[in-house]
Amino acid sequence: MSVDKATVAKIASLARIRMDDAACDAMVPELNQILGWVEQLGEVDVTGVEPMTAVIPNTLRLRDDVVDADPLTGGGVRDKVLANAPAPEHGFFGVPKVIE
Amino acid sequence: MTELTELTVAAIRKGVAGGDFTAVEVAEAFNANVAAASELNAFIVATPEKAVEAAQAVDAKRAKGEDLGKMGGVPIGMKDLFATNGVQTTAASHMLEGFVPQYESTVSQKLWDAGAGMLGKLNLDQFAMGSSNETSYFGNVISPWRRKDGGNADLAPGGSSGGSSSAVSARLCPAATGTDTGGSIRQPAAFTGITGIKPTYGRCSRWGVVAFASSLDQAGPMARDVTDCAIMLEAMAGFDPKDSTSLDMPVPEWEAGLNPDMKGKKVGIPREYRMDGMDPEILKSWDDGIAWLKDAGAEVVDISLPHTKYALPAYYIIAPAEASSNLARYDGVRYGLRDLPEGAGLQDMYAATRADGFGPEVKRRIMIGTYVLSAGFYDAYYNQAQKVRALIARDFEQAWSQCDVILAPTCPSAAFALGDKTSDPLSMYLNDVFAVPASLAGLPAMSVPAGLNSEGLPLGLQIIGKAFDEQGVLNAGLAIEQRAGFTAKPEAWWK
Repeated sequence: MSVDKATVAKIASLARIRMDDAACDAMVPELNQILGWVEQLGEVDVTGVEPMTAVIPNTLRLRDDVVDADPLTGGGVRDKVLANAPAPEHGFFGVPKVIE
Repeated sequence: MTELTELTVAAIRKGVAGGDFTAVEVAEAFNANVAAASELNAFIVATPEKAVEAAQAVDAKRAKGEDLGKMGGVPIGMKDLFATNGVQTTAASHMLEGFVPQYESTVSQKLWDAGAGMLGKLNLDQFAMGSSNETSYFGNVISPWRRKDGGNADLAPGGSSGGSSSAVSARLCPAATGTDTGGSIRQPAAFTGITGIKPTYGRCSRWGVVAFASSLDQAGPMARDVTDCAIMLEAMAGFDPKDSTSLDMPVPEWEAGLNPDMKGKKVGIPREYRMDGMDPEILKSWDDGIAWLKDAGAEVVDISLPHTKYALPAYYIIAPAEASSNLARYDGVRYGLRDLPEGAGLQDMYAATRADGFGPEVKRRIMIGTYVLSAGFYDAYYNQAQKVRALIARDFEQAWSQCDVILAPTCPSAAFALGDKTSDPLSMYLNDVFAVPASLAGLPAMSVPAGLNSEGLPLGLQIIGKAFDEQGVLNAGLAIEQRAGFTAKPEAWWK
């Protein structure tokens, strides 16, 4: 499978990366070279093989069902959460208007 | 007095504890080396005051007769992928330029708790994506090594932990943290004649480490020898409830367990790693390694890892797929860069922010990841890659019935010159051909220096071990280290 410019533009839009015409043109051969190379995986017989989901067998734990089970990842740290926000407003993340 | 910056972690710790010198003297000596080496561009930010402050605390503890910790009095470099409270953390990206975490990563906190101090934040490939440290927004890192042809070409320190490898080999720090997703500790260690280990997936907490590919990312130490790696890994590892894939197992005493006697051990030599057109000097160093391990008492056995050639293409589907998901968080809303063009809406802001904030290699990988996860292609690419990954892990499982550790080269070549591979992403990716299989299988693997090639550049040997058997890997590494007698170091041309 290979990608054309329209596909690259579509991927860029899905990935939320603004790309002008020239950038899309440049990306077409780059992606095709890489995709052409990874295509060799198709020749591997994977009959009956389950896709790997965990590299080291491990059971996912559940945190204690209480407020602030771990203070570091719990709540009550609004100012720290907002400390690096580009446009904090009134204790919230500011964004451009999304409704007309 | 001994030149403090020539000392290993073990020697610094011993000297500080024994009163031969103070931790502050050590910190100041390394601070001076860091300040004199700006030409290498190994640090994004130097934090000399942090190093001195930590050293003062260690000296005060000593005066009171308290325990100084596993890393007591040792100043280190911190890869700028680890969140450090109050100190800019960028992942070498424009996206996170100026980002000042309000919390400390688990691994860095453990190191400070063990008595280490921070010399600064080390440069790396942007979001850890690269094998030569040429994708950093803050400029290339230059290897302290030069070919002995007198040409003075700037060489790659490897990547993505290129600031770490450059700084350790140039004696700007005795040890540094690294992270390894597909070889990012081992390949730079090999390029610069130092030692680095990626432990079993889950040994070191990923909490507070800027995420690249979460099923592969693993932190580890980079230092000058095997003993120092064992010391530092002990300080970094351990269960962390804040990381859902953290291993809930005790941390072994790797340093105390070091034993270079390989009697009764079997070392597997994977025939598929012997590839057509391989550099004869790499083959020779591999043969040297085999002879050294035999000399240490090991039995050497031929093994097969039949899916080796598919590891790299599988990696270049899986890692970008995970990266495209992980990096979706950079949207200009909560932290990092925001680019809001005049009159733009939310979607335009996302797209503009990400266009400005990510470098070309990061965009390339996000694009590939988005494509292989998109409707209609998921099964053909992503699912197929995850199945091949299962087969690669199975190859190793089967090998362990024949051997205890595996010996292979770390890289297919010595360090290349900066700029040599930037025009062809594929040729850059191929540099990780020997490193990626162990990453996909989550296994511990380390690189130790084997010697110099005819150009005077270091070559590394890689040891891959069973899951949770870092000790076996470290021990084989030590057996090689004792026989390789690697003492070469770069001349300090940057001073």
